[in-house]
Amino acid sequence: MKVLLSWLSEFAPFVGTPDEIGDQLSGLGLAVENMVAIGGGLDGIVVARVLDLRPHPDADRIQLVNVDAGDGEALQVCCGAFNMTVGDLVPFATLGTTMPNGMQIGRRKMRGEWSNGMLCSPEEIGLGVDQDGILILEGGHTVGQPVTEALELSPDVLFYLEVNPNRPDAMCVAGVARDLAARQGVPFTRPDPSPQEVGADAAGRVAVEILDKDLCGRFMVRILDGITVGPSPKWMANRLTALGMRPINNVVDASNYVMLELGQPSHTYDLDAVQGGALRARRATEAETVATLDEVVRTLSTKDGVIADGHDTAIGIAGIMGGSSTEISASTTSVVVEMAWWDPMSIASSARRLGLRSEASARFERGADPEVADLAMRRFAELLAETGATLAPGVVDVRGVTPASGTIRVRTSRVNSMLGTDLDRDAIAGLLNSIEFTAEPAGEGGADLDVIVPSFRPDSSTEIDVVEEVARIHGYHRIPRTLPRSAITGGLTPYQADRRVVRTAMVGLGLDEVMPVPFLAPGDLERAGLDPDGVTVTNPLVAEESVMRASLRPGILKTLAYNASHRIHGLGVFEVGHVYRRPAETQTLPEEREHLAVALAGRDAGAAVEVFSALADALDARDYRLVAGTTPGMHPTRTARIEVGGVVVGHVGEVDPGVLEAFGVGERVGWLELDLETLLGLPHGGRPYRSVSRYPSSDIDLAFEVDETTAAADVGSCLTAAAGDLLVDLALFDVFRGAPVADGRRSLAFTLRFQAADRTLTDAEVAEVRQRCIDAVQGSLPATLRG
Amino acid sequence: MTPDLDQHLADAATAIEAAVDLDALRTVDADLLGKQSVVTTARKALGAMDVEERKVVGRLLNEVRSGIQERLEARRTELETAARSEQLESERLDLTELDRGRRLGHRHVVTRTWERLEDLFVGMGYTVSEGPEIEDEWHNFGALNFPPDHPARDMYDTLYVDHGEPGSTLLRTHTSPVQIRVMEAGGPPIYSIMPGRVFRSDTADSTHMPVFHQLEGLVVDRGITFGDLAGTLEAFTRAYFGGDFTSRLRPSYFPFTEPSAEFDIRRPDGTWLELGGCGMVHPNVLTACGLDPEEWSGFAFGFGLDRLALMRHGIDDLRELFRNDRRFLEQF
Repeated sequence: MKVLLSWLSEFAPFVGTPDEIGDQLSGLGLAVENMVAIGGGLDGIVVARVLDLRPHPDADRIQLVNVDAGDGEALQVCCGAFNMTVGDLVPFATLGTTMPNGMQIGRRKMRGEWSNGMLCSPEEIGLGVDQDGILILEGGHTVGQPVTEALELSPDVLFYLEVNPNRPDAMCVAGVARDLAARQGVPFTRPDPSPQEVGADAAGRVAVEILDKDLCGRFMVRILDGITVGPSPKWMANRLTALGMRPINNVVDASNYVMLELGQPSHTYDLDAVQGGALRARRATEAETVATLDEVVRTLSTKDGVIADGHDTAIGIAGIMGGSSTEISASTTSVVVEMAWWDPMSIASSARRLGLRSEASARFERGADPEVADLAMRRFAELLAETGATLAPGVVDVRGVTPASGTIRVRTSRVNSMLGTDLDRDAIAGLLNSIEFTAEPAGEGGADLDVIVPSFRPDSSTEIDVVEEVARIHGYHRIPRTLPRSAITGGLTPYQADRRVVRTAMVGLGLDEVMPVPFLAPGDLERAGLDPDGVTVTNPLVAEESVMRASLRPGILKTLAYNASHRIHGLGVFEVGHVYRRPAETQTLPEEREHLAVALAGRDAGAAVEVFSALADALDARDYRLVAGTTPGMHPTRTARIEVGGVVVGHVGEVDPGVLEAFGVGERVGWLELDLETLLGLPHGGRPYRSVSRYPSSDIDLAFEVDETTAAADVGSCLTAAAGDLLVDLALFDVFRGAPVADGRRSLAFTLRFQAADRTLTDAEVAEVRQRCIDAVQGSLPATLRG
Repeated sequence: MTPDLDQHLADAATAIEAAVDLDALRTVDADLLGKQSVVTTARKALGAMDVEERKVVGRLLNEVRSGIQERLEARRTELETAARSEQLESERLDLTELDRGRRLGHRHVVTRTWERLEDLFVGMGYTVSEGPEIEDEWHNFGALNFPPDHPARDMYDTLYVDHGEPGSTLLRTHTSPVQIRVMEAGGPPIYSIMPGRVFRSDTADSTHMPVFHQLEGLVVDRGITFGDLAGTLEAFTRAYFGGDFTSRLRPSYFPFTEPSAEFDIRRPDGTWLELGGCGMVHPNVLTACGLDPEEWSGFAFGFGLDRLALMRHGIDDLRELFRNDRRFLEQF
């Protein structure tokens, strides 16, 4: 929404500089996105006539224009716009002009051709920013005349406001002025025109019928005669242009002007073109068509509202766009003016379904004021009277259903307990009355208020809505700031604290944290060797972002490939992030888990195992087992499943070379992926303290020959179980293949340290436990002790 | 005899000085003080002497012997020192040659920002809550007081997924649904922040991503006021950005808060920056979560987390956060 300071000032005697007013508007919740001074600083810009247009010999996007700026001489100008024709009058910035944006106009060459000034767009002379091309000046102007004089421009300030969806009242100049007047404490006055009424009564000339009272809450029409379609007065055209609407003709412009000023959209029909002398508001029939003003034939559904004529033919889409069959034309002499109130939800869904949004629909879907039609009609007639139109007596006003406005009980105590203020009842009433809410004490001497909300505030229907209005008009900045003391002990959950340990461990291992987007392209899961049936986005902007990841692997492999394409190899990275899968059974939401993944480019499965064991150490989760076995997308002979306390928490190893190839990763990739939620949910940490023994320890070495399918971890577990409490340390210190060990077998050499807490172990004790270990391994595994 | 011993001491001194290393010195030591040495031999001969002579020669021998020992000791120290410095010299290293730039890994800048914010609010007595990224329509909109088909839903460019009824399951458009989950999970008092990943149907550019992060805050307790909200955000602003920053609230609109506000911060240079939205928890939201709005009141706030990361480090393109170029990652 844009407003002009001069227009606002027609409603109240505002004080303050434009900057101060801008701050006040922002403080009222009408955020000033931009503020520009217009209509001033145009010295040196004059009316010029286009004498000749020809292509620039050396540039496609520039043409050469000869203009006469008042001295009869042809001046050559280079221009990037192509919307002018010979004979047009245009604004021309002469040499030496300083434009409103500070640009200096000097004589310069553009691709070898001289340019002796600049032709101006509406934006360049501060007439709004929504039009392309050079401003073509309508009407008879004198060449050489200052453009401010020709256009009747005067200095003004244009505010660009961001209006929230709950503020339909602020979608018009009067509404903004009302708020500002309340903030400034100056009286707000609405116009109250009473144009003279002449001619035949409207009631006998057009009938109105509302067939769907939920769709149409009010349908008021009046008739104006003596219409001469022509240009609007300059002052009106300037204001419309400034607010971003293109002036069209006096009838359409007056309609737009009233909408911008009072928030009431209207539609004008050529009375003679309305068949059957009637207008009817109803829902469309299935597949009913109507040709709209933009000359498109629209096919409607039964949810859309239409205005039909006396023959029940649809002649416009309710609240969104009128039809071409009854459009005002040069031959129009009498118009029917419709000022209606449409159900916001119906308009919103129709506008969305039809992909058709207009200034009118934007206002109806937020909720227009059902009670402003009478005033808006009179204002419209007053404006059109400037070009000779007269208002016929009689108002045809039919009502449907509009939101009921009841009385809201507003407790003074509630206002203060919500806001932290100390306002008394009358102060609250004063604030509310200043924005035309009616606030009366509830009962004789009561502490509370009964508030009636004005018809232009459909958003305000409960006590808390009114509390917000009190806060807004009082000023958020005037509410004392207090800091509540938390009633609880803050902190991270154990899971969140552990997750930090995980990250710290990863960073300590030299790994960088990555954060790829969780969207994948179709086929990515399959390329990664995973189940291709992932959770899918039904309305993606691009196909590349249509599948939700079921594993962190595709995203990280893309990251490796991306870095490799910048000659960055050997990446060691980790990611903590959610993965999503279709749930096994019917449940409200897809399966979503937080995973940790580690990728070690250029390193093998062993490096990935080391990362896992370091992590297990950091989390004190030592009761884990690596069990040989692969999982989709992983290297079939270099992968192990990780079990903690018998529960599978993930996999470690290397990514399948075929997958790497599919993602364009040219290095071996060590990989670890864990379901963090499962892992951190299992018992870990909190091991009881074991005092350090002061007695000497004894070390023995045992080497076993085993085949390649026997896991070193299984030999280790067997030793641990057999050795019992005396074992304080066990390490695999050598793996040997080759003669004299037979082919297909290897030697695994372990060192075991024994120690008792309460005595020095005797040689006999050590020998006994040694023998137990040997017997256990040879007895339960295909292993033989090496001599 | 006497001149002989004097000469012997002088010769011994020469031999000791001539020992070039500790091995040579040990040989000299054996020659001068061993069983076959002049001193030992002379001592053996003492027995044959009369008392007086023995006394004189004995003293003399002792002097010579200790003279030799002193010289040996001095030479040993000298040689040991030389040997150690030779050893040390042979171990000389150019440490700059050994600095190969061993590096630790780097937390992602979003994680660093996330954890910094967590620490700040934990210090203010808040817990940290999380929720699913794929949400149902109720938690993302319905419970947050967005009526069906309400135009306010258009403020969010929602991405939906193929789960359940069409339109029933979506990628959460904000962290606000976690408010609902926190209130459903347990009653007040609630002092919690909810950092998390959110999604919008947006084309990636320097300030937009279809995926980004937010931090939500929720306080529900008895007697919580709008003034508490303003004071909390002011305390946060000063703690996070610095004491020379300040904050303001401007009226705004969100279906799930009322009164609603935009939360701006003022930089030391006097310019304002819009940071996020906030407001008093709407009574309908409390009711939807089974809380009596007459008994409990609360405030909520939310802002973009990525933007704070960009601001702190002067990063000018949001897309960098998700590109994962190592040259970017290792700067934080």
